Amino acid sequence: MTVLFGQLFTGVSIGAVLLLVALGLALTFGQMNVINMAHGEFIMAGAYTTYVLQQTITSAGWSLLVALPVAFAVAGALGVLLEVLLIRRLYARPLDTLLVTWGVSLMLQQAARDIFGSPNVQTRAPALLTGNVALPGGITVANNRLFILGLAVAAVVALTLALRLTPLGRRIRAVVQNRDLAAVSGIATARVDRTTFFVGSGLAGVAGVALTLLGPIGPTMGTNLIIDAFLVVVVGGIGQLKGSVIVAFALGVLQATGEYLTTLSVAKVIVFVAIVAFLQWRPQGLFTLRTRSLA
Amino acid sequence: MSLFRGRRILAGTMAFVVAAALAACGSKTSDSTSGTGVSADVSGDTVKVGLLNSLSGTMAISEVTVRDSIMLAVEEINAAGGVLGKKIVPVGEDGASDWPTFAEKAEKLISEDRVAAVFGCWTSASRKAVKPVFEKNKALLFYPVQYEGLEQSPYIFYTGATTNQQIVPGLDYLKAQGKKSVYLVGSDYVFPRTANKIIKAYAKANGMTVLGEDYAPLGSTEFGTIVNKVKSAKADAVFNTLNGDSNVAFFKEYTSAGLNATSMPVVSVSIAEEEVKGIGTQYLKDQLTAWNYYQTTPGGANAKFVAAYKAKYGADKPTSDPMEAAYVAVYLWKEMVTKAGSFDVEKVRAAAGGITYEAPEGLVTVDGPTQHIAKTARIGKVGADGLITEVWNSGQPIKPDPYLKSYPWATGLS
Repeated sequence: MTVLFGQLFTGVSIGAVLLLVALGLALTFGQMNVINMAHGEFIMAGAYTTYVLQQTITSAGWSLLVALPVAFAVAGALGVLLEVLLIRRLYARPLDTLLVTWGVSLMLQQAARDIFGSPNVQTRAPALLTGNVALPGGITVANNRLFILGLAVAAVVALTLALRLTPLGRRIRAVVQNRDLAAVSGIATARVDRTTFFVGSGLAGVAGVALTLLGPIGPTMGTNLIIDAFLVVVVGGIGQLKGSVIVAFALGVLQATGEYLTTLSVAKVIVFVAIVAFLQWRPQGLFTLRTRSLA
Repeated sequence: MSLFRGRRILAGTMAFVVAAALAACGSKTSDSTSGTGVSADVSGDTVKVGLLNSLSGTMAISEVTVRDSIMLAVEEINAAGGVLGKKIVPVGEDGASDWPTFAEKAEKLISEDRVAAVFGCWTSASRKAVKPVFEKNKALLFYPVQYEGLEQSPYIFYTGATTNQQIVPGLDYLKAQGKKSVYLVGSDYVFPRTANKIIKAYAKANGMTVLGEDYAPLGSTEFGTIVNKVKSAKADAVFNTLNGDSNVAFFKEYTSAGLNATSMPVVSVSIAEEEVKGIGTQYLKDQLTAWNYYQTTPGGANAKFVAAYKAKYGADKPTSDPMEAAYVAVYLWKEMVTKAGSFDVEKVRAAAGGITYEAPEGLVTVDGPTQHIAKTARIGKVGADGLITEVWNSGQPIKPDPYLKSYPWATGLS
């Protein structure tokens, strides 16, 4: 029972990590259809931001809190730079975008290696987040996992509200649903694209801050995450956030259960087989956006 | 019509592919006929050596430090007059963490650059990839990293530990501490799987129980479930053969789960000073490691090595076991060549047995038959400053036994 609950929580928290990593991509890939292979490196930029901030702010707790908005801005700025310099010129050419952003991802990795050195760097976690909460029945729940779960939920809620309620969110949705109609209605689509890319990339930076609590901080940390992130968005369905949310948690629990009953490698196979089977049944993903757009 | 044209193009492509394949085969045969040994080019007043490490890709994090310490040894030897009066010219190649690339670059170093010896490789996969290349060309490789044993090649000198100099002493230490059960966690490739086979055989013969065994793919950073399993197994200790980034995620998860060196100590065989820096000392406090060298190892030779390394690469750069083994490899090669009075591979090999060297890790002796070196095993504890301090050593150098022939419980392992 203890183990079962522990595993369920592990699954949910794997889901939360997946969700944080995939959320930005759900915007840039899901909404804008840009295949950005450098998304993982924006996550890395967020993680390194935490590291740099810890060099100046000695309190681990404060530096983590400050890192969240700063990493959002740093990764977002990188995203805008990428959008303005390259992606904007390639909107009609998805394959070229894929190759170009992959090249950018390699360049960013090498840049990180040159700036911070190839060995991993460490950050200090605040004492509050290193322990765990003991629940009745000998169940323990790790604080850092709870924090990440909370952060993921907060990010989803904030993003959903922003898309629904703010004028900017409405413009983003209008451009996604019908770019031409949005343009003739007087929406500056290029500017909306740039803002969307800023927010999507910024969310990657926030994911990077959260990941410093769990894993390594090094030049290649992004490459391990990018595939999972794309999987979540593709299976969840393009153009919808709720699909990504459900799929992230479902994959997390499936992974944790499979891993407990078999081994980590077999669990990965189980997850991939499940995804392939699911996409055979619903190639468009869990949810699809219905529009009258001809594109 | 278009179908027909398509077919013609296809046929043309096929013909080209076949021709290319034939050409490749042809060059291969000519390679192996000339492969009776490319002798090193020592005609001038210099001698070339090859440096084969990953400077890019996932292994760069570790292998760059090895390259740095090889370069340090080369510079020191050159400053002291070189080898047999010749200055060493290092020729560096990037293995790029890709095993076929290692084989290709090894071939290039031997055949084109005609180096006298090659220093490098880290993962067992890269060593296995270059082994046939060195054997075919009868050229020398010095391999500086601890590994899973069960190998012996006439053209490879192994200057890192084999299992009876690292893993077996680690288990002896746990046994002496009264640990009765272990949980095995490792990366999913040849080293951890072979190491765990040896650990299980040892445990069976020594009254220890293995409560579980889990592998994570290289690069995996999600350890929630594995730590959950480890925790509920309530083992006395964990034997950790994880490699690379996975260690970071594992120890962060381990600490979050409320486990530590007091409640369930972890013995790691792939975490050295450099990795401690990347994981964070708050997650590793008092955890155990098994190696043959630490930056804190006492002795004049080590003080000199550490000072020289820091002077060249920066005061914040730690020295570690594989770096030391790589540094020692260059000096051992120099001793072998000097004793042989020649750069000729067969003469160097013949001269190798019995050569001793006062290394930073202590006295090491080359074992002629196995081409491994006798070295002292040292169990260390990670301190708050990120350095590892020794808590136990084997007292004297342990004779290398890559096939564990002198251990009765190990019969049947291969």
